[in-house]
Parts: sequence; C-alpha cells; structure tokens
Amino acid sequence: MTVLDSPERDRVPPSRSAPAAARTRRRRRGAWADRLLHAWTWAVIVWLALPIAVMVVFSFNDPHGRFNISWVGFTFKWYGPDLLDYPSLTTALENSLLVAVSATVLSVVLGTLVGLALGKYRFRGLGAANLVQFAAISAPDIVLASSLLSFFVTLRIPLGLPTIIVAHTMFCLSFVAVTVRARVLGLDRSLEEAARDLGAGPWSTFRLVTLPLIFPGVLAGALLAFAISIDDFVVTSFVSGSTQTFPLWVWSATRNGLPPQVDVLGTLIFAVGLVAVVVSALLGRRSAR
Amino acid sequence: MTHTPSRLSRPSRLSRRSALGLGGGSAAALALAACGVQGAAKTQTTGQAQSAAQKFWKTQKATGTVNFANWALYIDPSHQTLKEFTKATGIAVNYSEVIQDDDSFFAKVNPVIRSGQSTGYDLMVITDGLQFTELVQLGEVLPLDQSRLTNFYKYAGKPYQNRAFDPGNVYSVPWASGSTGIAWNPKYVKEPVTSIADLWNPAYAGHVGMMSDPQEIANFGLFKIGVDPETSTAADWKKAASALMQQKSAGIVRQYYDQSYINALAKGDTWITMAWSGDIFQQNLSAGSDLQFVVPKEGGTIWTDNMMIPRYAKDPVAAMELIDWFYRPDMAALLTEAIEYISPVPSVQGVIKKAAVGATGSDKQSLLDVADSPLVWLSAADYARLKSYVPVTARNEAAFNGVFQPVVAG
Amino acid sequence: MRRFRHAAVPYLLILPGGLWLVIFFVIPVIALISLSTQTGDVVDGFSQVFRFANYSDAWGNYHDQFVRSLIYGAVATLLCIALGYPVAYWIAFKGGARKSTYLLLLLLPFFVSFVLRTVSWQYILGDNGMLLGPLKSAGILPGNFRVLATGTAVIGGLTYNYLPFMVLPIYVALERVDPRLVEAARDLYASRTQAFRQVVFPLSLPGVFAGVLLTFVPVAADYVNASLLGGTGNTMIGNIIQDEFLTAQDYPTGAALSFLLMAILLIGMFSYARVLGTEEVLEVAAR
Repeated sequence: MTVLDSPERDRVPPSRSAPAAARTRRRRRGAWADRLLHAWTWAVIVWLALPIAVMVVFSFNDPHGRFNISWVGFTFKWYGPDLLDYPSLTTALENSLLVAVSATVLSVVLGTLVGLALGKYRFRGLGAANLVQFAAISAPDIVLASSLLSFFVTLRIPLGLPTIIVAHTMFCLSFVAVTVRARVLGLDRSLEEAARDLGAGPWSTFRLVTLPLIFPGVLAGALLAFAISIDDFVVTSFVSGSTQTFPLWVWSATRNGLPPQVDVLGTLIFAVGLVAVVVSALLGRRSAR
Repeated sequence: MTHTPSRLSRPSRLSRRSALGLGGGSAAALALAACGVQGAAKTQTTGQAQSAAQKFWKTQKATGTVNFANWALYIDPSHQTLKEFTKATGIAVNYSEVIQDDDSFFAKVNPVIRSGQSTGYDLMVITDGLQFTELVQLGEVLPLDQSRLTNFYKYAGKPYQNRAFDPGNVYSVPWASGSTGIAWNPKYVKEPVTSIADLWNPAYAGHVGMMSDPQEIANFGLFKIGVDPETSTAADWKKAASALMQQKSAGIVRQYYDQSYINALAKGDTWITMAWSGDIFQQNLSAGSDLQFVVPKEGGTIWTDNMMIPRYAKDPVAAMELIDWFYRPDMAALLTEAIEYISPVPSVQGVIKKAAVGATGSDKQSLLDVADSPLVWLSAADYARLKSYVPVTARNEAAFNGVFQPVVAG
Repeated sequence: MRRFRHAAVPYLLILPGGLWLVIFFVIPVIALISLSTQTGDVVDGFSQVFRFANYSDAWGNYHDQFVRSLIYGAVATLLCIALGYPVAYWIAFKGGARKSTYLLLLLLPFFVSFVLRTVSWQYILGDNGMLLGPLKSAGILPGNFRVLATGTAVIGGLTYNYLPFMVLPIYVALERVDPRLVEAARDLYASRTQAFRQVVFPLSLPGVFAGVLLTFVPVAADYVNASLLGGTGNTMIGNIIQDEFLTAQDYPTGAALSFLLMAILLIGMFSYARVLGTEEVLEVAAR
C-alpha cells in the first residue's frame, strides 16, 4: 500500500434479501459506469500521446535532406552513430533535465510550504499572498522574461544555468502552491491536534501526519512543475545567456527544418519516461500485495 | 590584397549614413523615473569613427577562443569548417545555436551590452533589418578591422559588398543570403506563377500562405502596388497595408506563418505561399517533391544574414580571423554545401562542381544539385528584381509597425 | 508564548517561497509597471511621463483580441473540465495501487517539447492528412473543410496542452474523499448520481477551482497555439503582447497590455470564487 492509496472498500457479498438485490442491480450498473470511466481515461491518455506516436514514426523516416516533414521511407539509421551529428543537441538535453530536476525540487519545497500556509491558516496578508500567487500564474511569459533579464543584468548577475533554475523555480512555485492548497483546504485538523495532544512536536507532526496527508498534492505539484520546466521556452531563452536547452534548440531548429535527429531524441526521451512509468507500475503492484 | 582606402572614404554616402546612424542619437532623452530603458545612441563623425576604429584594433590582443552565436542548422553539421580553423590557427571555437530570431536575440543582448557587460559572444549573425540598424545606432557592435578582411575583399562577390544597410562593410560582412519569393505546389496550382498578384488570386482562397514578419509582408505589399521598398514612404506603406488587408478580408490568406510555412506547403494545406529559396530547395531535396519557386516579376526580397562583433567581446581579434576564414572559397563551399543558402563567394559554385566530379553516389548527386540549383545561385535577372527590406529605424518603427501589425495580428 | 509561536507559523511557512517570489517576481515586475506609463523607443530611450492613456489606447486597439482570448480561455477550460474530471475521478477512486502510474502516463507526452507535439498535430490534422483525408474521400466531409488555421484548432491545442493542469488539481481534491462517505450515502439509498452530486462533487470543488485557476489564467495569456494553429482572425492577446515586446519594441504598450490582462483575469477569478463560494463550502465540510 503506498501513501497515495485510500483504503480499499470492503465488498459485501450479495445476499438474497430485497435491499441486497437492489444493491446488486446498482452494482452492476455501477460496474458498467466504472468501465465507461476506465475507457474514457484510457482514451484521454491515448489522445494525449497521439502526436508522440507521429513523432516516433517520423524518427524512422529517411529524408534525403534536413527536412523531416514528408514521409519518404523507413530506416533505422538515425538511431545509430548519426544521432551524434548534432552535438549541441545532446548538451541541450542534459541542460534541460538538470534545470527541470533542480527547479522541481526547489519549487516543491518552497511551494508546499506556501500552499500549506495559504490553505490552513487565516492570517493578515493572506489576501496579498494569494494575489502575488495569482499574478505569478497570470503574468505572460514575455513579461516575466523581459523583467527578469533586466533585473539580472542591472544587478550584474551572469546569465546561465543558475539564472534559468532561479526563473523556473519562481514560476513553478505558484503552480505547486495552488495544487497543494487545493489538497490542504478542508484537511481534517483533528488528526494533527490528536498528534500534538499525544506529545508530538511540530516537526514530527508535520513529518508523520501532515505530509502523508498532503502527499498526493505535493506529488501532483511536482509533476506539474517538472512538465512546465522541461517545456519552458520564452523565459529560458531570455535568461539563459549562452546556455542551450532542448526546447530552445528545437524552436531554433524549426527555422531551418527539423532533422530526424530531433524526432529520435524526442522518442528516446519518451521511451525513458515510459520505462519509468512501467517500473513504477510494477513497484506499485508489488507493494499492494 | 588590402583594402583600398577609397572604399571607406565615400563621404557622401557614408556621412549621410552616419548622420542617420552614428549621429542619430543626439536627441536622446534620458530622463527616467525608477527603471526605464535608457537610450544610448552615440554622436560621432565619420572621420572620428574611422580613426577610433583603427585605434581600437591596434590595442586588441587575441586570447585564443571565439564564442560564436548563430542560428540553428546554419553551419555544416559536423563543424568541419570550425575544426579546420582551429587546426590552422590554434584558436578554439565555442559554437552556440542560440539565435531563434533577430527580435528575441536583440531583446536579449541589448540590455546586457547597454549595461556595459559582455554578452559572452565574440561573433553573432544578424539579419539586415531593424535590429541590425539599432545595433549600429546604439553603438552595440564593433566596427570590423578592415585590415583583417583580406579574403573578404579578394573573394566576395560585388553584390555582397558595400550594401546599402552597411556601406563600406564597416560593421558586418555577409554570412549567407536568401531570397523571399513565391513557392507553389504544381499539384494544386496548374498555371505557372510569375506575379505577386498570384498571391491575391481568389481561386486559391483559403490556401494562400503569407509570412508573419512585418518586414517580409511589407515588401510584398509594396511590390503589389508597384513601389520599391528601399525608397518607400509612409504613404506607400499605408497603401500596401490596405492591399494586404483586402487580401485577408477576402478570405484568400489561410494563415500568417513564421518559419513553418514549409510544413503547410509540403502537406498541401497551402497551395501557394511566400517562401524562402533555401527552404524550397531543402524540401525538394529531402522528400523528392516538386515544389516550384520564383522571384516575382514585380520584385522579390533579398535578405542577408551578417556576421557582426558585439561590443565588449572578449576576443574580437580571433572573431575577425574567423570571419575572414569563412571567405576562403574552400570553407565557403563546405558551408554552402551544407546549408544551401546563397553564398557571398561566387567562386564557390566552381569549387562545388569540382568536388562533385570527384565524388560518387548520393554525395555526387547532392553536390550537383547544389551546384546547379537556381535557388542557390541567383541569375543576374533575379538580382535585378530583388530588393532589400524597407529601411526601418527606431524612429519610423512605430509608424511602420502601426501600419503592418494589424494585418498580421487582426 | 505558545500562542505567539502558533500565530507566527503561517508567516514562517510563507517566508522562503514568498521571499523568492518577491525578489525574483515582484521587484522585476514593478519596474515594468513603471515602464507601462512611459513613452519613447529603444534607441532614444523611454521617459516617464505618466501616460495612462497607454492603457486606454491598449484597450481601444486590442479589445477584440482581449475578448477573443477570454472566450477561447473559457471554452478551453470548460472542455478541460469535461474531458478531465472523469479522468481525475476514475484515477482517484479506481486507480488503486497504480494511481501514480496513471498520473505519469498523463504527463509523459509533455516531457517532449511542445514544438514537436504541435508539429505532429499539424501533420495529423492536415487538410488531406491521415485524419481528414479518408473522411473526405469517403464523402463524409466536404472537400474544403479544414481544421487547421481555425479558431477550433487553437482551442483544441489549448485544451490539449493544458489538460493536465486541470486533471491534477481535481485528482488531488477527489483523492481526499473517503470512499466510505460514498458508501454511506449509497447505503442510505442515494442513487449513484445523487451520491456524486451531493457528496463527492462539493468536496471536489477546491480542486476544480484550482484547476480553473491553473488552466484559464495561463490559457488566456497563451500565444503559441494561436501562432502555430490559428489562421487569420484567431490572434490572442498573448500574441499581441509578444509582438509589442519583441517586434514593435514598444515596451510601454506591452507592459500596459500585460497588466490590463492580469487585472481582467483577476476580476474574473475573483467573481468566480465569489459565485461558487468555494471557501465556505469547505469550511463546512471540514467540520
């Protein structure tokens, strides 16, 4: 059982009395509705992955030049030594991953604390804090990009990986905070009070009671933060100096055609992610037993 | 061998240029509250500029590394040109493909240079257009060391030297050129395309692609009304814009594209579109398609991406060496073979043809394709019809954008 | 003393994150506020003249795009709720041990650059592409039908790109609901729908609110989808702001447009919160 799971429902075996029969009928209709929802979920997952499928297919395309727009023929060659034809691309990918992981960790830590504060407590400044969170989410990318660039330049802070991580943490923070807050709102105080009555200090209460309760919110916030960070383009482009990240390279490459190598790298990224998902599924199943 | 001093001292043209450019900032208003954006245009006469440049270059020493900022996929993929340079000179090259477009690159480097800091780059490639002009006006690029441009003056073609946007090649030399014309898919467009008016043809309604860059569509709008963009006035702009608006409101235009017009054309979503010559060549090469390209009889646009040295570059001397390196015919040939845009070195065509003789198989075919393509080597007739962008400066930019932006952003 | 420490807790929690935002968001953006009432250009510099007409000019010139962005945002958000709520529901209640797996699966496509995803969509939705081509040959669709370069494509792209931002918050709220509450309602002869409507749905509202906040607000400021998937007349305010900053280099107008957008969105979300009264529902539920 992982922390994410709610307690399983006890299934009452059907009996022959009338209310039980009604329950059975309801359960059969319920099962049908469940199947529909299940199918719907998978349909959405497939829909979200549809363009990835196209990208995977095109990674096996064999154009005679740089442009990978029209289907020409099948080949495996881009998965071989040709993949390293563009060395700057692999560096860009490494940078993206480094930034995404760092920004996710930082923004999850900072954002969870903020989300807790905003959801649990009433305090003077709550309105202002909510306003700032909102402003951070609603500010257009170019505004963040341009103002941060001026800020760093005026303070003579050299642009590079650290400034990218700082910027990403900044805008991911609010997304994590809002997500955690949604979880924290309406959280049962009595559990924490019980813990405190039993003599637990504030840190133990947090670690053993609060954190497990809000963990789904924290995880969801982390996933969102990672997805935002690894795909960010405008803000990164402005505060990166001469550092290159994957979305920047891809965007830049569209001016002169998207060579198959880009599709190959995209496929590999997706494959690695898929492997991670499968592993987590297997781990989950094992722990459930 | 060496430059002729007369090239630099063409007083009439250069001084008018400097009056517009170097001298243009005298009206700089710098009063600010809190943090505004400071103007920084300098005032200098031609003579002062030249002697300042020469004095500057005398004091520079090489440090041994060039940081080169360029557009993606704009160099031979294996970087052989750079590796040969390092072998020949011992200077290392850090190559970064960080330029997505001139707008955003300018927006990134301008604040940095303005605050007196180095951008981290010694060499960058900028298209002739508004940002080019602003970099010059703001004094954010270094004048080139003319004494180190031996290969350039020896091998560069006449049409690529001494252009209107940079007389005397004071600040830049070309990296590659391209032309904007009309491309079409013969599967859907049966009649041959020769005129700008074909983009206004209602028969193609909903399948016509136009570019979203105001400088590109301004030129085509001006060609439509028969005006030369290089000498157009604000009144001309308004007329051009209404022609473009009419094209839009009649439902003829499908979309205003950035670089992705080639996707739409290749898939058949658009049948006829504004296009860059190199993209058409590349798509035909990649997919064996039969897309056609023409420079319309009313005119087409020629644009040039130029090598420039940003101010506060750490090693401008090494940058100069690299700049001149790319004007060696063998290096220029390697570049053109890979990127297939117009080379400023005419003898490259011969070099590629010779290389094609020695090559075999698909290499031979692709070399021949490049050597013979009219998209890569423009004819004299084409050149006659090609014009540069409207000369937009920060002064008339507000008027220019005010006229053309509503076309794209309606 | 204990009460003082207790009162200080929220401030301490907010301090690190708040400080981060103040330094790297509030302060840089304040400079932009000042810029929004200036005039000038990049070469000659901008000067502060407190030209508040920048704001009214911005509205006057671009109110079409503002309205369009709000409409696209609203439609995309509603679609996200319609598509995403069932998904969040199923994962939260039926996901079992594999909940995190499903969440990861949802987000996996987003780890590949959005440029690649959108180019692939352009391929799929081409006028004679793999989707529309067969339909047109079979006569189901007229020959000149198209999806790309329309407002529909833009809304579709927005929905596609922001769906996880709706699903995850709703999931987070639903996952907290004790299934025994639902069981209890059912045992009291409530129908499935009633149990949902009166027990589950109200408890999910903070998640829906968070989802709307994280979807509607960034969607309204988006520019990528309109630029890649839209045709003429589908421009959103994000494109205009982008243009003003980069192409026109008219920073004051760009700044004015941005703050105008943020203000409009704030009013919108505030009204939403008032109308739905989310906070109050939850106060009651928590007791």
